[in-house]
Amino acid sequence: MRYIDPHAHMVSRTTDDYEKMALAGCRALTEPAFWAGYDRCSAEGFRDYFNQLTSIEPARARTYGIHHFTWLCINPKEAEDVGFAREVMQVIPEFLAKDNVLGIGEIGLNKNSKNELQVLEEHLEIAAQHQSLVLVHTPHLEDKQKGTRLIMEAVRNQPNIDPGRVLIDHVEEHTVKEVLDGGFWGGMTLYPDTKCTAKRAADILETCGTERLWMNSACDWGVSNPLSVPTAALELQARGHHPEAIDHVIFKNPMTFLKQAPAFAKRAEAIDVGHRPE
Amino acid sequence: MNRLDTNQTRSEVIDRDFLEHRAKLIDIAAFLDRCERAEGVDDFRLRAIRAAIPLLIDGQSERVRRILESFSDPTTGPIPEAPGKGASGAWEGSS
Repeated sequence: MRYIDPHAHMVSRTTDDYEKMALAGCRALTEPAFWAGYDRCSAEGFRDYFNQLTSIEPARARTYGIHHFTWLCINPKEAEDVGFAREVMQVIPEFLAKDNVLGIGEIGLNKNSKNELQVLEEHLEIAAQHQSLVLVHTPHLEDKQKGTRLIMEAVRNQPNIDPGRVLIDHVEEHTVKEVLDGGFWGGMTLYPDTKCTAKRAADILETCGTERLWMNSACDWGVSNPLSVPTAALELQARGHHPEAIDHVIFKNPMTFLKQAPAFAKRAEAIDVGHRPE
Repeated sequence: MNRLDTNQTRSEVIDRDFLEHRAKLIDIAAFLDRCERAEGVDDFRLRAIRAAIPLLIDGQSERVRRILESFSDPTTGPIPEAPGKGASGAWEGSS
C-alpha cells in the first residue's frame, strides 16, 4: 500500500509516528499551519512556526523517507483579532517561495464571525496574488454547514481563484455534495469522535463517487490517529473494493490536486515511484 | 462519476457491523439513563439528541445527513463576534 496523508500536524507528533506512517506506506504528507492550542502573542511567534514548518519538519520527515510539504496562514481560531491577523499575514509572503510550501492553509472559519470572514477574504487575496493553492478548514460540529456555505461564497467572490484549486476540508455527509457540486475538492478527516470515521468515509465514497475527494488524518495534539488513512484503506479493502480503486483515493487523488502546486509537481515523479526525498 | 460501488450484500454488512453498532446503541441508552439518574435538567445538547433519535427510524434515507443537519446552526449570516473557540455539537438556538 502507498498513500499520501494530505493533512497532518506533525509538529504535534512524535518521531515514532513518522516511522509508523512510513512503515504503513506513507510517501508524502502535507502540513497546514494551525492553532497551537493557545493564542500566540506576536507575529514573530508565527515566523518561528513557519520556520519550523519549512525547515525542521521536512528534515524529520526525510529521516523516514517521507516527503514533507506545508501550507501557511493564521488559523481561523486566531483570526478574531483582525489587526493581529494582518501582522501575521504580512509575514506569509516571505515563506511562499520555500521549496516545500504548497499555498495558503488551513484558512477558513471557526465560529463564522465577521472578523473571521474578513481574515479569510484577505488570505484569499494573498492566494490570488501569488496564484497559490488553497486548503480550507471548515468549522466544527454545529457550525460546519453554515460555515462551509459562507466559505464557498467567499471563494466565489474572489474572481482570481479557481474552485478546482481549493480543497475544502473536513466535509461530512451534510456538506460534501455542495462542495463537490461547487467544483471544489473535498477532504474527509478521519477522527474517532468528530468529523468522519473510516466507515462513514467509505460510505461517502460509495455514494458520492471518488472524484475530487481525499482522506486525511489531520493528526494533531488532540484525539487523532496518524494511521487513519491506511486504516480507512483497510476498511475499503474489507468491503471488497479493488486495490486500484483504493490507490486512486488514497494516492492518486491527492497527487492530482497537489501537483497543481509547483513545489509538489517538482517531486511528484519521485513520490510516484517511491524515491526518498533528497 | 467514478464510484466505489458497494460490493457487499446486506447480510455481509450485518455480519461485519452488527455487534459494533449494537454496542453503540446500548451506549446511547446508557447515556440517557445516566442523564436521567443525575440531578438537574436537560440542556440543549440532550434535547438535540432526543430530537435526532426519531430520524433513525422514520423510514427515510440519508439519516446521517439529516441528523447532522438537525444538530446544525440553520442561520445564514456571519455572527457579530466569536463567543469563544469551541463548538458544543448542537445548536443552542434550537432550544
